[in-house]
Amino acid sequence: MPHFAKPAEGSWTEHYPQLGTAPVSYEDSISPEYYERERQAIFARTWLNVGRVEQLPRVGSYFTKEIDAARTSVVVVRSADQQVRAFYNMCRHRGNKLVWQDYPADETAGVCRQFQCKYHGWRYSLEGDLTFVQQEAEFFDLDKDDYGLVPVRVETWEGFIFVNLDKTDTTPLRDYLGELGRGLEGYPFGEMTQVYKYRAEVGSNWKLFIDAFTEFYHAPVLHARQAVSEESAKLAGYGYEALAYELDGPHGMVSSWGGMSPPKDLNMVKPIERVLHSGLFGPWEAPIDIELPPGVNPARARQWGTDSFLFFPNFMILIWKPNWYLTYHYWPTSYNSHIFEGTLYFVPPRNARERLAQELAAVTFKEYGLQDGNTLEATQTMLESRAVTAFPLGDQEILLRQLHHVTHEYVDEYEKLRSAPVGGGN
Amino acid sequence: MATLPAEFSDLEPFSGWCLESERERYAKRLASSMDELQTFYDAAFPRLEAAMEHLDRYELDALPDDATHLLWLCYSLVNVSFPVEVWRQPRVPDSGAASMDQIVEPAV
Repeated sequence: MPHFAKPAEGSWTEHYPQLGTAPVSYEDSISPEYYERERQAIFARTWLNVGRVEQLPRVGSYFTKEIDAARTSVVVVRSADQQVRAFYNMCRHRGNKLVWQDYPADETAGVCRQFQCKYHGWRYSLEGDLTFVQQEAEFFDLDKDDYGLVPVRVETWEGFIFVNLDKTDTTPLRDYLGELGRGLEGYPFGEMTQVYKYRAEVGSNWKLFIDAFTEFYHAPVLHARQAVSEESAKLAGYGYEALAYELDGPHGMVSSWGGMSPPKDLNMVKPIERVLHSGLFGPWEAPIDIELPPGVNPARARQWGTDSFLFFPNFMILIWKPNWYLTYHYWPTSYNSHIFEGTLYFVPPRNARERLAQELAAVTFKEYGLQDGNTLEATQTMLESRAVTAFPLGDQEILLRQLHHVTHEYVDEYEKLRSAPVGGGN
Repeated sequence: MATLPAEFSDLEPFSGWCLESERERYAKRLASSMDELQTFYDAAFPRLEAAMEHLDRYELDALPDDATHLLWLCYSLVNVSFPVEVWRQPRVPDSGAASMDQIVEPAV
């Protein structure tokens, strides 16, 4: 007997018949050749979240983003006209990476009045115009107007900055994010400016970590020791059922209960949580009143604790009941490695007590994340053995089924376009 | 030179835990024995509520140096609470070779 109602079809998965219910192949996560296809079909062609507007507080603020899967780096900047702009991070002279510090592969951020190449001193305005060429007279018919930085499409949604490396895709960002994106509009992301960001190099395919963070079926088992033992046994007995799942286009969300903030019984939680009134689900007391937009807690369940949104391909937003949020990014670096970023956003604390409650939430996040990350390497190596090639996914793993299904759709669609006869349009 | 506010002089033996960054705190945790973590926790945990009462007399962005050190020590206590209360070892169990670095943290 399910604790929470499922769709009339009997399961969440069958409510979305395109997904099927058969065991799923993970060849898409263990093949170098398939990864090359994903790079072209997905990461070079979809809207990718690279940061937030708070990272660009004033004119000249910039940050760089390495997008290894697209074999490129972009620089995002607030220009003199207050626009957020993005460019390929590349000097037009002989291709040197334009903005970097010490190590060319490391991301960087700062404030500047203009960009100057380290190699021969060519300079570009914040709008990307080439403004200075060292020994310009030595060049032949060089018109500086022809050598501005190459722009990258950039759009913002609710303060999140996205780039799209595909010059031909005209889908506006807001349309791309679809109904799930619209349902989040109005959430006060911009008030949550106290940031903790973690980064991990993970030895697995990027989709395996998304898999791990779009199902909670694993939580009562893998993280059993993080709760006090009595509570842990109770959780394992219940197992896990979501309040609701919603799929829209390539995106999906899971709405989940979360009874720990605050806990009904203080004996359920660890001593440090009892004193600091905080834990995995965040500080127990919400710092501000928020009227949740319609897309959050769509079932309007009173047991609601957190919603996890996956915006394809690699961006997740988690909204928590005590009014804070978390983002995940998964940046592939090869078929069996990626960089994971987890960022926590809180309303700035008003005092040390609130600050310490947030610290506990952040530390707890890392303790869980380390367990999750290591499990992935164990999964990756065994998948690569190909001793087993098809895997049953339960109804609480519907978002995993969706992710791998959508990945195949994107790859197949792109290759169909590419193989269209020359002149047959694209 | 007193590192901590006078009323927290009992925690002076643990002033090595007054560390500004998460990276330093986590490294010290991993480099400590369980006995060392337990001793620090047993001394600092009963003082946590009093520490917050002391710190909350100030604006968070205008803490005197000794209060800032006390706050850092409380951050360390939060960090070592996991080995002491849950793991019974400095490292997260089953975390093997995995690592996760904090690359942005609040200024205070």
